[in-house]
Amino acid sequence: MKRIISVLMENEPGALSRIVALFSQRNYNVDSLCVAPTHDPSLSRLTITSHGDDKVIEQITKQVNKLIDVLKVADLTDASHIERELMLIKVATPTEKARAEVVRNVDIFRGKIVDVQVNNYTIEMTGTSDKLEAFAQTLANCADVIESSRTGICGLARGDRALRP
Amino acid sequence: MEMMSGAAMVVRALKDVGITHVFGYPGGAVLDIYDALFAQDDVKHILVRHEQAAAHMADGYARSTGKTGTVLVTSGPGATNTLTGIATAYMDSIPMVVLSGQVPSVHIGEDAFQETDMVGCSRPIVKHSFLVKRAVDIPKAIAKAYYIANTGRPGPVVVDLPKDIVNILEEHPYEFPTSVKMRSYNPTTKGHGKQIKKAVAALSKAERPVLYVGGGAIAADAHEEVTQLAELMNTPVTCTLMGLGAFSGTHEQFIGMLGMHGTLEANKSMHNSDCIVALGARFDDRVTNNVEKFCPHAQIIHVDIDPASIAKTVPVHIPVVGSVKNVAQEMLKLLGDIDQSDQKEKLDAWWQQIQQWRERQCLSYEKSEELIKPQEVIESIYKHTQGEAYISSDVGQHQMFAALYYPYAKPRQWINSGGLGTMGFGLPAAMGVQFAHPESTSVVVTGDGSIQMNIQELSTCLQYNLPIKVISLNNRALGMVRQWQDMIYKGRHSHSYMDSMPDFVKLAEAYGHVGIRVSKPEELDDAMAECFAMKDRLVFMDIEVDQNEHVYPMQIKYGAMDDMRLNKTERT
Repeated sequence: MKRIISVLMENEPGALSRIVALFSQRNYNVDSLCVAPTHDPSLSRLTITSHGDDKVIEQITKQVNKLIDVLKVADLTDASHIERELMLIKVATPTEKARAEVVRNVDIFRGKIVDVQVNNYTIEMTGTSDKLEAFAQTLANCADVIESSRTGICGLARGDRALRP
Repeated sequence: MEMMSGAAMVVRALKDVGITHVFGYPGGAVLDIYDALFAQDDVKHILVRHEQAAAHMADGYARSTGKTGTVLVTSGPGATNTLTGIATAYMDSIPMVVLSGQVPSVHIGEDAFQETDMVGCSRPIVKHSFLVKRAVDIPKAIAKAYYIANTGRPGPVVVDLPKDIVNILEEHPYEFPTSVKMRSYNPTTKGHGKQIKKAVAALSKAERPVLYVGGGAIAADAHEEVTQLAELMNTPVTCTLMGLGAFSGTHEQFIGMLGMHGTLEANKSMHNSDCIVALGARFDDRVTNNVEKFCPHAQIIHVDIDPASIAKTVPVHIPVVGSVKNVAQEMLKLLGDIDQSDQKEKLDAWWQQIQQWRERQCLSYEKSEELIKPQEVIESIYKHTQGEAYISSDVGQHQMFAALYYPYAKPRQWINSGGLGTMGFGLPAAMGVQFAHPESTSVVVTGDGSIQMNIQELSTCLQYNLPIKVISLNNRALGMVRQWQDMIYKGRHSHSYMDSMPDFVKLAEAYGHVGIRVSKPEELDDAMAECFAMKDRLVFMDIEVDQNEHVYPMQIKYGAMDDMRLNKTERT
């Protein structure tokens, strides 16, 4: 089962590598990983998507929590939460018909065309991972996808629950 | 504020932490720090012959005192040579700080001479690590390193020091922090009241309880509380390899070590128990055998300072996160309020059952007139040290014999690499013990394989006049490997013997020590007496023992805890 684990940690050099190393060292899965400093620049927020049974996920949260640089860990999938992912996807648009079809699909999926070239468009799309996958599939049906890049899931709990130092 | 060089800060910070012994080896990147060491007498430096041994010495020092051991090495090979020692300490939760030199900051990443990414290399085997980037940060980094190493679940910490920040020609203000506070690290030591109440209720109701005591009880200095708890509740006590001495091996309620080479009574008691109280133990694979068949009747209470240890390998019914000392004290308070005098009667049937298992005398062995048995060597050491020596061990058959045939009455008396199983650990560990306890007898029980993995330290022993007693059970083979080959590989002894053994007596003499060879059973007692009578000398006892002796009992793979071979022909 897919799990989204959210981690609040010191924004110190080496902190991220400790988390990544922990996953390989203990043979845990990482499906995606998204990390950046928070509004408080001394802290980093990291979202890991993993999968495994309850026992494995419990060990992951405990082992991550044990790292000295980590302040808080939460499994967002335990309760109501918001998750988003951003994708940039570049498609070939050699013909008028291809351009029109791409624009139509971007509108339907509420994306944005962020770069326009003679022969290709680059589209920005945010949403859940399922939505990004559906969009990529739809585009592939009407145009040649040149390349794409995704951020991995980033998430927050809904309501009052929060990771604070 | 006092001004001093980065190198002087390192040494001064060690002094301010209270460090008296540093085990190390100089080299290019740490020459400035060695220069600062030269200028003072507060911190004593011990020059080893190989950096791995420095880490094991610091480890032996730490295990026998509870204080943090300190290592100082240069960059590159100096640093990487400590990795086995760091991993050994990590697996057994031993507090240690390793100060490693690093190439100058501007050269980091250039593949400079003697450069390795020590923080990266050591990452999976440390509790934490620091790469210090500015001289003014040195005191804080060192203070933090010691704080982290010896609080919560202890472990090794690496502090990597680039050469430019310890330059003796540049001075900076020195300020040692009065206390260390970290918002991201606040280990829990007090157990949760509600969980403790549940644990007490379960233990009170139990008809077949067992206390299963591990190294965490020693780390927490909880031996008195463990003993009180056991005596109050009349419970049998078993200790893990790491927990030996946390409950006296001579106490009538002690049922021996448990696990792969545990006693019949310990493993039987665990398997048949209805309530297991794990105190600072971690249910590792050398204890549980097949987890699917592990203790099917027991309600499991697990007390551990590390939440990640709880329910890692086996499901736990009542988890209690906290130090064994604190939790045992709280349990004693609650249990002490109730009259426990009926515990004797209540557990009478359980003790009778245990008595039956004990009567099987699973540790009995047959003596021979021609060949010395390894077990009798350990019993002889016990006799000649009145059970009071510090025993450090290497890894293999001799380690198991030393664990089983020398009852440890006190915590920190038994020093061995339990988790990592590091051959070559014993001699340097015994040296660390001797530095920490100059008046005590420090013995290393070793074998002809293990001793050769750090034998160069005999030279260090001469330099510092360490009167260690090296007892080598020489069976001309890698005994434990050979035992497995006998049992599982139809006696095909693939590379488990060495054709060219050195003359250990001459080797000891070449290093300036006393060597004694013993090959006949009737000579053993006198030779041992002679050995321990030489209080001021290192004595190397090369004892020729029976090559075909196996360690028993031994759990049968994939079985339950109590599925065991009792000797070469019998099983449970």
